[in-house]
Amino acid sequence: MLSAILSFLPRAVAQGIPLLYGSTGEIITQKSGNMNLGIPGVMYVGGICGVIGAFVYEQSLPSREALVPALAVLIPTLFCLLGSLLMGLLFCFLTVTLRANQNVTGLAMTTFGVGFGNFFGGSLVKLSGADMPFLALSATSNCFKKTLPFADKLGWFGDIVLNYSFLVYLAIAIALFASFTINRTRTGLHLRAVGENPATADSAGINVNRYKYLSTCLGCMVAGLGGLYYVMDYASGIWANDAFGDRGWLAIALVIFTVWRPNVGVLASFLFGGLYILHMYIPSGMNLAVKELYKMLPYVVTIIVLIISSLRNQRDKQPPQSLGLPYFREDR
Amino acid sequence: METRVATVKMRNITKTFGSVVANDKVWLDIYKGEILALLGENGSGKTTLMNMLSGIYFPDEGDIFINDEKVVIRSPKDAFDHGIGMIHQHFKLVDVLTAAENIILGLEGKLDIKAASAKIREICDAYGFEVDPNQKIYDMSVSQKQTVEIVKVLFRGADILILDEPTAVLTPQETDKLFAVLRNMRDAGKAIVIITHKMHEVEDLSDRVAVLRQGHFVGDMPTKETDAQEMTNMMVGHAVTLNINRPEPVDPKPRIEVSGLTVRSIDGILKLQDVSFTAMSGEILGIAGISGSGQKELLEAIAGLQPVEGGSICYIEDDGTRDELLGKDPLRIAEKGITLSFVPEDRLGMGLVGGMDLSDNMMLRSFRKGKSIFTDRKGPRNLAKRVVEDLSVKTPSIETPVRKLSGSNVQKVLVGREIASAPKVLLTAYAVRGLDINSSHTIYDLINQQKQNGVAVIYVGEDLDVLLELCDRILVLCAGKVSGIVPGRGAKKRDLGMMMTRLGGNSNV
Amino acid sequence: MFKKKEPLFHIVKRGEMPWYFSWGVRAAGIVLALLCCALISTLVTSENPIGIFATIIDGSFGSGRKFMTLLQNTSMLLCIALALTPAFKMRFWNIGGEGQALAGALASAACMILMKNQPNAVVISCMIVTSLAAGALWGAVPAFFKAKFGTNETLFTLMMNYVAIQLVAYFSVVWENPRGSGNIGVINPNSHIGWFPEILGSKYALNIIIVALVTVGMYIYLNYTKHGYEISVVGESERTARYIGIKVDRVIIRTMVLSGAICGLAGLLLVGGTNHTLNAAIVDGRGFTAVMVSWLGKFNPIWMILTSFLLVFLGRGAGEIATDFGLNASYGDILTGIILFFIIGCEFFINYKLSLTKVSRKEEK
Repeated sequence: MLSAILSFLPRAVAQGIPLLYGSTGEIITQKSGNMNLGIPGVMYVGGICGVIGAFVYEQSLPSREALVPALAVLIPTLFCLLGSLLMGLLFCFLTVTLRANQNVTGLAMTTFGVGFGNFFGGSLVKLSGADMPFLALSATSNCFKKTLPFADKLGWFGDIVLNYSFLVYLAIAIALFASFTINRTRTGLHLRAVGENPATADSAGINVNRYKYLSTCLGCMVAGLGGLYYVMDYASGIWANDAFGDRGWLAIALVIFTVWRPNVGVLASFLFGGLYILHMYIPSGMNLAVKELYKMLPYVVTIIVLIISSLRNQRDKQPPQSLGLPYFREDR
Repeated sequence: METRVATVKMRNITKTFGSVVANDKVWLDIYKGEILALLGENGSGKTTLMNMLSGIYFPDEGDIFINDEKVVIRSPKDAFDHGIGMIHQHFKLVDVLTAAENIILGLEGKLDIKAASAKIREICDAYGFEVDPNQKIYDMSVSQKQTVEIVKVLFRGADILILDEPTAVLTPQETDKLFAVLRNMRDAGKAIVIITHKMHEVEDLSDRVAVLRQGHFVGDMPTKETDAQEMTNMMVGHAVTLNINRPEPVDPKPRIEVSGLTVRSIDGILKLQDVSFTAMSGEILGIAGISGSGQKELLEAIAGLQPVEGGSICYIEDDGTRDELLGKDPLRIAEKGITLSFVPEDRLGMGLVGGMDLSDNMMLRSFRKGKSIFTDRKGPRNLAKRVVEDLSVKTPSIETPVRKLSGSNVQKVLVGREIASAPKVLLTAYAVRGLDINSSHTIYDLINQQKQNGVAVIYVGEDLDVLLELCDRILVLCAGKVSGIVPGRGAKKRDLGMMMTRLGGNSNV
Repeated sequence: MFKKKEPLFHIVKRGEMPWYFSWGVRAAGIVLALLCCALISTLVTSENPIGIFATIIDGSFGSGRKFMTLLQNTSMLLCIALALTPAFKMRFWNIGGEGQALAGALASAACMILMKNQPNAVVISCMIVTSLAAGALWGAVPAFFKAKFGTNETLFTLMMNYVAIQLVAYFSVVWENPRGSGNIGVINPNSHIGWFPEILGSKYALNIIIVALVTVGMYIYLNYTKHGYEISVVGESERTARYIGIKVDRVIIRTMVLSGAICGLAGLLLVGGTNHTLNAAIVDGRGFTAVMVSWLGKFNPIWMILTSFLLVFLGRGAGEIATDFGLNASYGDILTGIILFFIIGCEFFINYKLSLTKVSRKEEK
């Protein structure tokens, strides 16, 4: 039993980290009043851009030994951030500057992003000349997967708490930092005001559009890192089309589940990760079907949270008030 | 006293909106250590004038001097930089943030809620406010929100405060508290302007009073040297003859009997208290009162749109059958066969659908008719054509969305539709607001026609001259209570003005 | 002069524009999008742009079969878009079309599997009833909570999609055939119980006709019935709706039942009419694409025929480019995305204009 828990927890964490990146990014975005349903696409773009960066770097090397670990990490990360930043700029340009409908724009971005990921993924597979339908970047992945050297010497504590790669700790750090910034700094205060009541924020001299742009782009970059983590760490550098699945939507579910609080997202994402893989640990015998029902759990739980929060009608447990609405000063 | 210098001087300020002149060459001085009451009827230009001082509007003409220095105020931020802060009727607060967070919103520097809270407490102690810096806005009453707005202005170092009808949303106890605070601030050397049209507040609070009438500056004087009668006279002016036709009521019979009606707003404020009256068929009952005295609630309660705390509203048919209207929504009232028409104050937000064309808007009242699942388009289209023709509505076509029409044409469409259903009762709220003289007369004629057809008309108006010439009887509301019901023929404008500002209108209280 | 930064231009809302202006802007947007797509395709494939366009057209009109597939895909996408439209007109963001259609598909597959020994007519009747009911239920649940408690419908309907997907995945294993495959496979392959009849020599024809009827029906429903009128009023202004005595919550629930039921119909047509099987990917993201079809068609069923056709046509054309030039099949999604961005962006120029007057006056000095 104990050994089952010991093997379950790290896997739940590993499953949860992409969701944590995604939901932290989406919370930062939504706090400004932008509902970016393009996050699943952004995460695909983040992942594939990292893959492209790694691929380009690996191909440029004369031999495997020439790989510089720092560069092997830095290049894909920069590619990933750049790719997701461009997606964020696109969303902002369409919804903030051109005031397009956010839902429609977001869904179009998801279509585009997933297609973009699969297209380049598939093309790279072909370029690499592999006979399998996936691309393996194990050398780069090994750099991403570096853990603390002494972690596995510390018994169960090391396994559960210390034995992760840097992207895991980065995700937690970003979530906690985002939480701190939103709740404890002036920037966060202004951001919340923009998402709640842009007209009031505007009259207080806050530049509404700038906040929307910054938070959405930043949110997209954070979410993109989730895609990068998934390919480089979780999947050990193997890109296979559609393997990322619907984790992007799960990240959006997590936003609601945590009632827009990134710090809660840390533990909640592990919970979601756990629910996602729970079916492997439930003694369901040979009944594979039940497994699919377990995968439904995160969504059902999210719906219940959504309903309860609207039933209790607690004012600080609601979506930002102007979520999804464009702001045009002269409309007042 | 004569040698003191005004801290704000407004000279020759003119502001027009389209063809409406809101302020015409207004002069105004504001002194430190003094509470100035800016008095005037609705639409006399008080708020517009103060909005120009606080950076919401920019004057078309004229100059503003602060401490003898000519200034240009383009935005609320410019106003703050000159130490001017205004508390608007609609609060600009973010609900889910705390008082302290709202107060420091938009300022720069490191976020230090503790230091800010300390400064807020300091301000509160200095003037006698009660604000909990950590309380969320959504947990606050209206008066607490207003306090936050005032502290917000003081926090930014304002020493010229403008309050736009601050007591409209307050209970009497809260009003007293506010006044005490305002006196403290005056004694601390701040300049305070309070916009109001309530006479007793002016007498209670102000040191000096300035009166505006129809965009013009009428005069100012120390409050001590004047009395309510004189101020009312300055405010309403002399009766103007409008030449509105007033036929004799036709066979008046009780139609709507309201008794003991009491309405409370969601915030728990009494909007109507024990209101009783009877509206007769074939007569126009005018409702007078300063804005927010419960007119809106009264009409919406009769129309079945307003939850009511107590009382009754009875509809009486010609044969004496009585139907209780309370507890019925508009649909149930219509199903009872009671044709009740309502021209609400908010024309595009409630009476009409802005995005729909004329004939679709005509359909709002009639679309349910008949058993067919399809809507009858012909009737409404013909009605739209008829309304356009009869009321000379200026529109490119009847397929134009009503949002694109001008204010007076929108109103004609709305009134045209409401009287087309041959109502037994017609409720109108500010039917001629924003309309030019010709359009206004069209509306008066329509209302008179209805009256002669035996309709019981309830006409809520703001222009006393119109009420005096149009209505058969006038009910005056004061702070949600009936201040009196007077016959329209022979009533004095000044008496009405006194009744609006003081229950019963007795100036000797 | 540099004391106050004046913006280069400011944005002004346009007044009423004639219909040809707005559709002209949209057409220009599409043309620009196509040029952009051709440019990208040229870069990727090094084929000349004219060849690219020829390939796109070939993808849809190259053969009778391709053309029928085009029509079938268009009709399925249109069907879901039609279902979502009344909800959108009511300002209810139903992005749960995917789940509602899947619920319908699941119900009809269940009938086919569980009633395989019943007469065909009985099975088909049951399929129709249950799939419409299942879709309606999937739509009614979020509507109920929106109407009664104001629960955010966008997020609710979105989550309902994945509940439906997992439910279908569950039954895919329960009813798997052959054992261990995890797939349902073709249902009743020999008896054809629950299969819709082929008419006009094509299994697609019936679907296309039904959707054509739904299109006309929806156009009439929205524009000529009392229900449609109530939907418009609620969408435009809830206060006005209350003022004239419309029960807003009832309208919300009723409309979402209809919306869900038509999505269920799409699921029924997919299972009974064309695929004769069930899997979680059977709706193929149309529930999401339909949101864009409906929005781009300005919630007008007739324009939506065009927008759904355009999206399917381009998607298939891009697919054809992908196969012809050995590209990845996802190429179509990229092109679709680009075209959507252009069309979404061009709406701005219909509703607003940039005004440069102030700056030019300054420069004259």
